Amino acid sequence: MSEVRTPMLNWYAIRAIYVFEMARAFRTAFQTILSPVISTSLYFIVFGSAIGGRMAEIDGVRYAAFIIPGLTMLSLLTESISNASFGIYMPRFSGTIYEVLSAPISWIEIVIGYVGAAASKSILLGTIILLTARLFVPYEIAHPIWMVGFLLLTAVTFSLFGFIIGLWADNFEKLGIVPMLIVTPLTFLGGSFYSIKMLPPFWQKVSLFNPVVYLVSGFRWSFYETSDVEVTTSMGMTVVFLVVCLATVRWLVRTGYRLKS
Amino acid sequence: MDPIISVRNLTKRYASGLVALKDVSLDIHRGEIFALLGPNGAGKTTLIGIICGLVNPTSGTVLADGHDIIRDFRAARSKIGLVPQELSTDMFETVWATVSFSRGLFGLPPNPAHIEKVLRDLSLWEKRDSKIMTLSGGMKRRVLIAKALSHEPKILFLDEPTAGVDVELRKDMWNMVRSLRDTGVTIILTTHYIEEAEEMADRIGVINKGELIVVEDKVTLMRKLGEKQLILMLQRPLESVPPALAQYGLQLSEDRMQLVYGFKAEEDRSRMVALLRELGEQGIEFKDLQTRETSLEEIFVKLVRSGG
Repeated sequence: MSEVRTPMLNWYAIRAIYVFEMARAFRTAFQTILSPVISTSLYFIVFGSAIGGRMAEIDGVRYAAFIIPGLTMLSLLTESISNASFGIYMPRFSGTIYEVLSAPISWIEIVIGYVGAAASKSILLGTIILLTARLFVPYEIAHPIWMVGFLLLTAVTFSLFGFIIGLWADNFEKLGIVPMLIVTPLTFLGGSFYSIKMLPPFWQKVSLFNPVVYLVSGFRWSFYETSDVEVTTSMGMTVVFLVVCLATVRWLVRTGYRLKS
Repeated sequence: MDPIISVRNLTKRYASGLVALKDVSLDIHRGEIFALLGPNGAGKTTLIGIICGLVNPTSGTVLADGHDIIRDFRAARSKIGLVPQELSTDMFETVWATVSFSRGLFGLPPNPAHIEKVLRDLSLWEKRDSKIMTLSGGMKRRVLIAKALSHEPKILFLDEPTAGVDVELRKDMWNMVRSLRDTGVTIILTTHYIEEAEEMADRIGVINKGELIVVEDKVTLMRKLGEKQLILMLQRPLESVPPALAQYGLQLSEDRMQLVYGFKAEEDRSRMVALLRELGEQGIEFKDLQTRETSLEEIFVKLVRSGG
């Protein structure tokens, strides 16, 4: 018999969940990595190279280059949500969640394992998209540390958000409904393809209620030093959303919401 | 010796209002095979679910090897292995990967030698690189057992371990369960096959409508509640049971060729000897005799029907 181990964190469990989830991603690499890269590349070709040549510069940045941060953020958001929601929904659906629930692991270890893997996958994806964009459009990153910071924060925050959706959903339709009906519109209206300064004043104010505006604006600032809102405000709002998501996940997992009867 | 599992006043009321467990108290002894029997919906899986952390209790306490399953859940759960009723496995994983995953979940470092031993013991070694989706139902069931044993638990819960398993494999599993018990593992099993409990269990608990109605050593239970029958095949048809034999409560079969004497398993055998002597005195001859014992299944059905 092995000795009982009661460490502060069950690192072996975190590693087991993380490795399992990453293996699942690589097993379905076409769906999880190649497919979003191809679709984002099509955006670059259509909006950047084909239509973008006829568009005026925005804040002194060529349109083709202007949309790169927004498009990267669009993929990062949707994939973070998708990866994390599927990651926790599938074991619930298949019944294999019993093993996680009966193991000596706490809510934070479950979250680090599942959310960490989902965020890792979307960060990998975001990096591939940024590298792919270089094939179509030349761009530079003015503040690489801020860029990495926004990339990490966004991936983790929206993976947490996806985890919440994966816990809440009790069928595949619900799993897709939040990303499709809420997240994608917010992303498109969040300044991925334009600066919100181009909107009438009223809609500019309305846009400030859209959390994606802060992510896209901050991320774009790290590239071109041009933004719709102050970069510190963007970072602050992202951190607030992260804390809200983390607190929600903590409550859901600890109470066993839709996990335990 | 203190019990390895101690359940006290455990109650579970679901959000729907259904009370699945009513003030259940139970001790499981170290190193025993305990069979928990009960009809569908009796509360067996709820009880196991609470002990293993899958179901939130409404009230009551459970200690696993002295550790509270809620306050000290890490220590408690690390002692427990669970084989669920449903064949819930990751179909696209290999046998080796899924069993190694289970060991990691329980906070143990990789130990290929232990995983190999478990797989060999369960005749899964040759299938270690096969995806679970390619395995038969019986093999999938063994994979679940391998996963539960991957972290070397002291307590093993088997929820309907042989459901859907063919007779030969079922007997292999019984042998495996016994050999696990011989290594000091305490085993708690639920089963619909009463024969399985009769064959393997040291003690038996019967649960019905959320209440534990009996917890007893198997041999004692069968002696206390069991009945035996002495069946006499007569040489000639008998018109009726002679009044002199009325004290024995004999039953005459419809064809009048059999006399049946029912008695408690724990009853003094001298009464049966006296009956045979008196039959001779009455000139009742028989060509053959048989004895039949009440099975655990019959005792179980009687208990459940009578509500304990």
